[in-house]
Amino acid sequence: MTSSIFFSLSELAYMMAMVGYIAYLVFKRKGIGVAASAITIFGFSTQTMAIIKRWIESYPIKIVNEGDLLSKLLHSAPFSNLYESLILFTWTIILSYLIIEFRYKNRSFGAFVTPIAGIVLLFIDLTGMSKDIQPLMPALRSNWLIAHVILSFIAYATFAISFSTAIMYLIMTAEKRNEGFYIFWTSSVGLFLIVLIAMAIDFMTFRVAFRTPETFIKSYLFRATFLNQSTGISIMSWIVASGVLFLLWRFGYLLKRVLDTFSISIDTLDDITYKSIAVGFPVFGLGGLIFGGVWAAQAWGTYWSWDPKETWSLITWLVYAIYLHARVMRGWKGKKAVVIASVGFLIVIFTYLGVNLLLSGLHAYGEL
Amino acid sequence: MKEDIFTKGTNAIWKFFSSVTLTVTTLILFVLASIPGTIIEQGSPEKNLQLLTKVVGEGFAPKALNIIIGLGFLDAYHSWWFVVLLLLLTSNLTICTIDRFPNTWKAIKSPMGPLDDSSLINMPIKAEIRVKGNIEKTKELVSKSLKGHGYNLSEKRVDKTLHLYSQKGKYSRLGVYVVHASIILVLTGAMIGSIFGFKGFLNLPEGETYSVVIMKTGLLTQEEENEREYILNTIESVSGDFVRVSQVMGIEPAMLKSKLKRYGIRPLGFSIRCDDFEVDFYGNSDMPKEYKSWLTVIKEGKEVIKKAIKVNDPLTYNGITFYQSSYGLMPSLRHAKFVLNIKSNSGVSETKHFNFGDKFSIPGTGMEGVIGDFSPALGIDESGRAFTYAETMNNPAVLIEFIEKGKHKYSGWILKRYPTTWKLPEGHTVEFKDLWGAQYTGLQVGRDPGLWFVYAGFALMSVGFVLAFFRSHKKLWARLKEEKGEVIITMAGTANKNRFAFEREFEKRVKSVREG
Ligand code: HEM
Repeated sequence: MTSSIFFSLSELAYMMAMVGYIAYLVFKRKGIGVAASAITIFGFSTQTMAIIKRWIESYPIKIVNEGDLLSKLLHSAPFSNLYESLILFTWTIILSYLIIEFRYKNRSFGAFVTPIAGIVLLFIDLTGMSKDIQPLMPALRSNWLIAHVILSFIAYATFAISFSTAIMYLIMTAEKRNEGFYIFWTSSVGLFLIVLIAMAIDFMTFRVAFRTPETFIKSYLFRATFLNQSTGISIMSWIVASGVLFLLWRFGYLLKRVLDTFSISIDTLDDITYKSIAVGFPVFGLGGLIFGGVWAAQAWGTYWSWDPKETWSLITWLVYAIYLHARVMRGWKGKKAVVIASVGFLIVIFTYLGVNLLLSGLHAYGEL
Repeated sequence: MKEDIFTKGTNAIWKFFSSVTLTVTTLILFVLASIPGTIIEQGSPEKNLQLLTKVVGEGFAPKALNIIIGLGFLDAYHSWWFVVLLLLLTSNLTICTIDRFPNTWKAIKSPMGPLDDSSLINMPIKAEIRVKGNIEKTKELVSKSLKGHGYNLSEKRVDKTLHLYSQKGKYSRLGVYVVHASIILVLTGAMIGSIFGFKGFLNLPEGETYSVVIMKTGLLTQEEENEREYILNTIESVSGDFVRVSQVMGIEPAMLKSKLKRYGIRPLGFSIRCDDFEVDFYGNSDMPKEYKSWLTVIKEGKEVIKKAIKVNDPLTYNGITFYQSSYGLMPSLRHAKFVLNIKSNSGVSETKHFNFGDKFSIPGTGMEGVIGDFSPALGIDESGRAFTYAETMNNPAVLIEFIEKGKHKYSGWILKRYPTTWKLPEGHTVEFKDLWGAQYTGLQVGRDPGLWFVYAGFALMSVGFVLAFFRSHKKLWARLKEEKGEVIITMAGTANKNRFAFEREFEKRVKSVREG
């Protein structure tokens, strides 16, 4: 059996788990919840197997030089293109979720987390994104760089979790439409949804097998909607986007009623937000910044060159540092701290999409 | 009275610098200050002028550019406001540390003692267990449940009660300080590097020897460009002997020095030669597998080091490191040599260098070849015509016309990467080995004496992260009291972080005591 069968199995499992968790929320039957958890665990196991299989399949294609065992393992690691990093991202999200479910003995988050994984995997399928195992470019054949990519995506997944709990926290504590915190969360969620939907439309429209995420972002992102060649479609997109933002602002408070039925305390939400950042922050510091720096030093002779992508990664990290410090301060616990946490993840998305789209830098290491 | 005001003043300053509010404020300012440099293209006035012309119009663009330059936005990460923020951050960090460290150290060093009854009752995490037996036996039970989990028990008897207590992970309290110290170390290393190090580049053609590297300069006029070119040529013509350079140019050595500085020309103190440059591809694809430059370091006429450098595998000599960073085709192929291996069907073979238009004969036969054309990346379009699809040597090919007895016989492309094209109908082979001297290797060159500080900072930061986020300072107490043939064990605990996890650990320990 090849890895793709296991990947399909895990995808199916996450979809079913998603349905299960939502049904669990609606009907509140313990049996349904247990079944959903079991399916998630099954999906996670098959996905783990799939990753291991793909790792083994990658080995003969990616290993070009003799080297020590660590380098060989890292060089053949199946985390080097968009498809593979998205798989790692969902895998980490599910793992974090299972840990949370186990520790906090609460299944309500499942209805929020499994859809993220489900959507990402569905996305991969809909778009026919390249699943080929490709050999590595010379600059990418560095242990530091590969560890850098892996750890960054793991950190992104923990930041995604902190973002969802942070937003849940705000939903539960800010419900007045003229309150700053309310406006903040409705527009963040709106922005997030708009970007996601616009990207989905791009993928459906162009259906190209992208070689790298960079080519997608540079040449296709938002070309089907906001940046469409036809002015009409472009203007329509902006209008629809504004409509989404308005509707969320107008009716967003209704979400609180849904969340209230979950029996999640806001302290738990605050705690999970903090814990995910307390894992993501050092992992990103180590993997994203330090390993990235060591790689750059070995490849180009400078560990830091202030190019836009680097700088925005530093900004991401510092925003989470601000969050950690703000929590130590009196009076900053709660809403204010949680807002900083959500800003952190919005910057993660901006770093990934916006920097490539708007700001060019010498981070185009794909060239060598 | 006066002293009072002074003390008050310094106290206020101290308080200001040691507050976390300042930390958050400075970090926010620092984040905001990092943004302009990612939007405004750094260090390139021309591009910004073009952009500004589009945005504010031709008339105002130069003025706007001058304002932007004046505020340091074209070199944002070295501008005065950025440096001020860095200094503020550093002093805040240092003073915070001095302010808080003594208390932390006290918390680590102060010996742990038993809890009195009222404190014990007020502990948020506690449990009570009753077991049959006497105190000594029960003590065994408790210590058995804690040993092997990093808790070393101390004990104290007060009247008839026995107090057992233990702590672990107290040094994790240092984690925050380790992280902060590592940041200072990284910043120190960065400063050392920017003061005592340098960064430059070198586009070194195959076969050439250079003794300088090129650094970034400000905007140069055409006249200055010409002089720079002239100086560079002079340097290479005398093999990097700077005394000779000033003689040839007829200027004082001090003057030469200032000119070199102005033009971003930095003497290496030795020479470096590129013997060859090659790109390897995966199979027949255009996907690069390896970039390799064969370099030779020459000092005082002697070859001291030879090394083939690759991406991620540089060459260091005398503290100066050469990194494989780019490559390209020379604008002129005048000096390039075709390297061909010619082998006749009778097995006689020879390898020779040729120029464009050269004629060669196939040994032992009357056949001759003439080198007619070259393509760095030969492709065949749908109608079968040859064309060049890239400006780098992805698929180098040479067009050779074959002649026998002065008459045109046939001509064809010979491709370096495709051995089948080397074979001639008569059984001779003409292998196209290389067009040597056609490419240059792009090297990043630099010295960074602060690098080891930065690396030490990185290592320290990793340790600090583990201490600060994945370890906590935990304390456990157990009070054993005998009452009517039973022993009442009251257990309590605290952790400075991650209370959730600690509660679970506590429950486990309690459970193992309860179950014996
Ligand atoms: C302006 C400079 C800074 C100052 C004055 C400062 C000060 C502080 C203070 C007072 C604490 C709280 C210690 C406690 O728990 O009592 C702290 C915690 C911490 N700081 Fe900083 N800090 C600075 C910059 C940074 C930076 C740039 C980073 C790394 C990105 C950092 C990482 C941390 C971490 C990881 C913690 C622990 C937070 C936690 O336990 O949740 N600090 N800092």
